[in-house]
Amino acid sequence: MSVHLTAGFDDPARDGARAFRQVLDAMAHPGRIVALDGVVAPAPCSPAAAVVLLTLVDATTPLHLAGAHDCAALRDWVAFHTGAPLVDAAQASFALGRWDALGPLATYAQGSAEYPDRSATFIVEMHALQNDGARLTGPGIETQAFLSLPDMPALVENAARFPLGLDVLFTSGPRLAALPRSTKIGDC
Amino acid sequence: MYVAVKGGERAIENAHGWLAQARRGDVSVPDLAVAQIREQMALAVDRVMAEGSLHDPDLAALALKQARGDVIEAVFLIRAFRTTLPRFGASVPVETGDMQIIRRISATYKDAPGGQVLGPTFDYTHRLLDFDLADGAAPAPAAEAPPTPGPVPHILSHLGAEGLMQSEHAPDPGGTHDVPDLTRAPLEFPAARPLRLQALTRADEGFLLSLAYSTQRGYGRNHAFVGELRIGYVRVSAHVPELGFEIEFAEILLTECETVNQFQGAKSEPAQFTRGYGLVFGQSERKAISMALVDRALRARELGEDIGDAPAQDEEFVLSHCDNIQSSGFLEHIKLPHYVDFQAELELIRKLRRNAAGLQDAAE
Amino acid sequence: MTAAVVHGAPSRRPPTHPLREGAQVTRMSAYNFAYLDEATKRMLRRAILKALAIPGYQVPFSSREMPMPYGWGTGGVQVTAACLVPEDTLKVIDQGADDTTNAVSIRKFFQRVADVAVTDHTTQASIIQTRHRIPETPLLEGQILVFQVPIPEPLRFLEPREVETRTMHALEDYGLMQVRLYEDIARHGEIARAYAYPVRVEGRYIMDPSPIPKFDNPKLDMSPAVQLFGAGRECRIYALPPFTRVESLDFDDYPFTATKAAGQSCAICASAVSYLDEVVTDDAGGRMFVCSDTDYCAARVAAKQGDAA
Repeated sequence: MSVHLTAGFDDPARDGARAFRQVLDAMAHPGRIVALDGVVAPAPCSPAAAVVLLTLVDATTPLHLAGAHDCAALRDWVAFHTGAPLVDAAQASFALGRWDALGPLATYAQGSAEYPDRSATFIVEMHALQNDGARLTGPGIETQAFLSLPDMPALVENAARFPLGLDVLFTSGPRLAALPRSTKIGDC
Repeated sequence: MYVAVKGGERAIENAHGWLAQARRGDVSVPDLAVAQIREQMALAVDRVMAEGSLHDPDLAALALKQARGDVIEAVFLIRAFRTTLPRFGASVPVETGDMQIIRRISATYKDAPGGQVLGPTFDYTHRLLDFDLADGAAPAPAAEAPPTPGPVPHILSHLGAEGLMQSEHAPDPGGTHDVPDLTRAPLEFPAARPLRLQALTRADEGFLLSLAYSTQRGYGRNHAFVGELRIGYVRVSAHVPELGFEIEFAEILLTECETVNQFQGAKSEPAQFTRGYGLVFGQSERKAISMALVDRALRARELGEDIGDAPAQDEEFVLSHCDNIQSSGFLEHIKLPHYVDFQAELELIRKLRRNAAGLQDAAE
Repeated sequence: MTAAVVHGAPSRRPPTHPLREGAQVTRMSAYNFAYLDEATKRMLRRAILKALAIPGYQVPFSSREMPMPYGWGTGGVQVTAACLVPEDTLKVIDQGADDTTNAVSIRKFFQRVADVAVTDHTTQASIIQTRHRIPETPLLEGQILVFQVPIPEPLRFLEPREVETRTMHALEDYGLMQVRLYEDIARHGEIARAYAYPVRVEGRYIMDPSPIPKFDNPKLDMSPAVQLFGAGRECRIYALPPFTRVESLDFDDYPFTATKAAGQSCAICASAVSYLDEVVTDDAGGRMFVCSDTDYCAARVAAKQGDAA
């Protein structure tokens, strides 16, 4: 094993629990930006994305690393800390990368009518994450929320496929926001 | 003035104290050692291991002691312990053809290579209470013979060599990666045969026995013969990637039953016998035979047989109801308070009666 | 940290047999924070997130045997265990009361395996695990309500087969439910369901709200709290994110009404708006009504005494 491996959680049970509550808070309130920090993974993986990996990913969840994230240092880190099998887009339960590197949503599992939960979850690394841009409504949002999205048309189309579709976690540095498939985007 | 019932916590502690005392019974009678249960209540221990899905005779014996002999309660203790254990990997499939046999019988052949071995069976005991046992008399030494050397091939393999027996295909020859794990993934229908067999081997013995019996009486009849029943010790090993070879880590007692069943054959393939399969921890032959009959009944659709409404052929019915930890938990939960729901029903029924009375008054 | 090593982080060290020498570590002290191992919690957490993303849809999960029986709250306990953080304050109720034996038992379990603070007060709890009730005190943003669910499938009483009901949900084919509810009206003059009254979530999935009295159904709608539902034996988790539209099924000419004991109020706190338990007080048919929500009732009594003093 590489000596460059950076640390995981200090206390896996308690740190993992706290991290999950942040992710749950984000998923329950689409557009809400939460803090997620405390783990350092090799570049270009953000601290927030690293925490998500440690919290949700393991040997039972195939992971796709896209673009610059598909590098030896991060592959080793993922193997050591999570044991997740690294796979192509179509087989992935989770996919990590920048939006452009992840490629078209249609490449990934969308779930089936009987099992809509069997769809991929995106972890999209962003340069910045702000509560402006696209207007969000739907479950988890009392009136409206706003979030800077990378690709409105593709995400509008994803939401239109409900109950199928992907769920997206946006990460930037130590910050995370979620966009589940149930969220309506824009004024439609 | 009404005072709400309080003190649930104290009531629970008191109940636990009483339970511990009742478990011990009369203290002038010596305490039962776990080793005594393991050695002398071995078939109960085997059943707890089988339905608890954990091969550990000491823990199964402890569970029986803690459960005051209630087998399902003991199974529950083992399951709850098992689920907390870390997993290091999967063993390679055990080779029952290499079994060190203590019992082996066939109903389809008078004799076969390797011979028939009655072993430690109740079969031909006369069921007369043995009052000498009450006195703790040591048994007379049993006759001994040298163990049969080498592998003892399965009797049905002789039918297979002739092409008369439908062959089985491992889902993943030599590996374990594609075999589903009932304890790690929720049951999904239709279930593949490996998943069905996993469910059946940990299923409640009584439930399987009744279902198997129902097939014999015509509810999904499939004419089973016991091709072979064998009980004995097999070696369990695992491939350790770090070492690059297999290491043997246990030897366990298993009961295996293969039944020979009819199959009509089809235009594309000549008539063949088919197989029902049972494999259970320990010496558990009633369970293994029952399992083989139910396994065969559940293959009805795959084998193109007429499906009636026989419960034993109904995969969702059998697999959803065979687990005694699920069924006993849910059955017994109805003794928990339900007074909120009952109150809602009470109000509803009063209202419906008022409605009905109102309608009647209006009509009169 | 020795406790976490045994069941927490992946370790290749084989566990010591609890009945053999040097085995103290694997005896009772060795359970992980919140009991479950980390792999199991990750599996539960993934299911909870999918459940939040598809409100009202039942996500299959690989339920574990828990140290309490199936049917006694194992689904709720697993969901709570997956959500708990050391800083939480936990409230557990059964039938609305904190002091019913199974509520006491579950609360004690989490005190023992997670060392969390506990409370009877709805307003002070960050997580509330419940069986059969939603507290009277309105829930707040940031709170999580975890329901124990016996039969998660709302169509199960119409169709016992999972294969069939799953197809109905997939096709959004809920005609059978409408027919059955209308048959009730034809026979009884109203929908004869007093609890576990089915709801429709965001106009899509029909969902079983667990066996809460239909009195509680309106509290599900647009709640600011996160509502999570765990069915252990049936291996299903489902969820209502905050501010989710939840409608009780009804017909235009037979609108849903949330009912409770007609014309009664609590004999202890005099509330006329809370859900009431009927208590038999003597052998002569005497009875009285008291709040099912013991914390709500006690808080009202305390407030009155405070006013008097």
